[in-house]
Amino acid sequence: MDAIVLDNLTRSFGSLVAVDNISVTVHEGELFGLLGPNGAGKTTLINILTTLDKPSEGTALIAGHDIHADPENIRRIIGIVFQDPSLDVELTGRENLNFHAMMYDMPTDERKQRIDEVLALVDLSDRADQLVHEFSGGMRRRLEIARGLMHHPRILFLDEPTLGLDAQTRRKIWQYIRELNRELGITVILTTHYLEEADYLCDRIAIIDHGKIVALDTPLNLKNKIREDIVNIEVDEKKVEQVKKLLMEFEGVKKITTTDCCISVSISDAEKHLPEFIELILSKGHVVHSASAIKPSLEEAFISYTGTAIREQKGSYKDQSRAYIRRKMG
Amino acid sequence: MIDVKAIYVLWLREMIKFSRTKFRIFNAIAMPLFMLIFLGFGFRQINIPGIPPDIGYFEYFVPGIIGMTLLFTASMVGLSVLSERQFGFLKEIMVTPASRVSIMLGRTLGGATTAILQAVIIIIIAMVMSFQIMGFAQLIASLFVMLLISVIFISMGLILASRLRDVHDYYNITNFLLFPIFLLSGAMFPIQNLPLGIPFFSVFNPLTYGVDAIRGLLIGVSALPIITDCIVLIVTATIMVLLSAYAFTNGYRI
Repeated sequence: MDAIVLDNLTRSFGSLVAVDNISVTVHEGELFGLLGPNGAGKTTLINILTTLDKPSEGTALIAGHDIHADPENIRRIIGIVFQDPSLDVELTGRENLNFHAMMYDMPTDERKQRIDEVLALVDLSDRADQLVHEFSGGMRRRLEIARGLMHHPRILFLDEPTLGLDAQTRRKIWQYIRELNRELGITVILTTHYLEEADYLCDRIAIIDHGKIVALDTPLNLKNKIREDIVNIEVDEKKVEQVKKLLMEFEGVKKITTTDCCISVSISDAEKHLPEFIELILSKGHVVHSASAIKPSLEEAFISYTGTAIREQKGSYKDQSRAYIRRKMG
Repeated sequence: MIDVKAIYVLWLREMIKFSRTKFRIFNAIAMPLFMLIFLGFGFRQINIPGIPPDIGYFEYFVPGIIGMTLLFTASMVGLSVLSERQFGFLKEIMVTPASRVSIMLGRTLGGATTAILQAVIIIIIAMVMSFQIMGFAQLIASLFVMLLISVIFISMGLILASRLRDVHDYYNITNFLLFPIFLLSGAMFPIQNLPLGIPFFSVFNPLTYGVDAIRGLLIGVSALPIITDCIVLIVTATIMVLLSAYAFTNGYRI
């Protein structure tokens, strides 16, 4: 059975269409990424799939349960780590987990054992009895992940799980997420606006912008669809044209562009061809000042699909009004 | 529909927090206590029409201050739900399988227990300061009345909170509501002493019946028969809980 099936799902807030007629299927055991800039509709989508919000039109099945007909059964089998902190900071870590387990009606013995298990999983065993108030951001995040796992969910939703964390903590959380997915077989739906996160973790990525899925594929395919690898070679300004001619005859070269003293060659497997290029140029008596091989990044893929870089958050008038309406309507 | 365990754990959470925030408790009872001491003793010698001659003003005022404590503490529950929404914890509660009605009931009972505990602290302090109750059985019965008062005003707060997004709006609206409710309840003096027409509004104020019932139980003086007060309170509390359940099920968008 597919873990999640979205069927023409739409959610509008007044005139703003936050989620625009999305249909997509997430397979069981998949690590699925929703990648998009802030305000793209990721969190709205997660809220609908976790039964916190209802779509304006369309429906979705979570492990076979309809979000309209069966929200309480869905809540039983999903785990969620929200984008914004959602711990009770006046309780200890263990109390937060205990609260969660009791809300899910777990038997006492199982509860105690499970709390120790998930605490060990996120390396918080020794800090469990401190108030969450005293936890660092990374510890809170890990505790939230532990809490999301308490009740053995089959599907785990992670909404921007590493937002605002330092690089080291982020790496560690990536590692946990991978383990959960690979070793426990939990289906993971992850939203992020960090490209390297999506690239590193996800089996498949849906790039989402203005409420629509603009691309859906594996990270590798998304990158490959955009363009070839590139080899950049810097030579003497006067020799540029000569070297260009030389490289044009090389097998597999698709396109060559030049600037003042730099030659950019489009070719697959750039890093393998780089030494051959250099050898060829040197053998004709030219000098190579610098050389590099560049693989296309997911960022470039992202730009080509959405038309903007993800970190440019100034945005158009449309983006700003979306953000405004979103704040008003929650 | 009703998950006892969910209600229990929500209640337990309030109790854990109550026991940890000693300053907040002090803060919550300090104001009613100051009013009780300064007004209760300050007006001790004054003869207010409508108060039986053998009842001192301090005795008369204690049940009023209990009503006030319950009213103000109960109104904080809606505020805490709103701030939980702002700080995200409400989401965590709302995605659990527990039904919305259970969540509402858990919050209501947790808040009611907190309010009643504070009222009991006030009674004990008042007793140290010469307040005499009719008897232990009446005290226990008055706890039931306190529960009804708390439930009514907690429900009011939860209904408000389900319609609002902002803590400041909640403050503004409750400020506008709480003082008229308190002043019109006869907590400080018999409402008959107010100018023509105003006592009419007291009839629609649940706190009027609450304070009257507590007064009847604790000092043996009440304007209406205690049983009448209780029937009004029970009916009002039932309606308010149903409205609050409806508001909680339909009104809370995250």
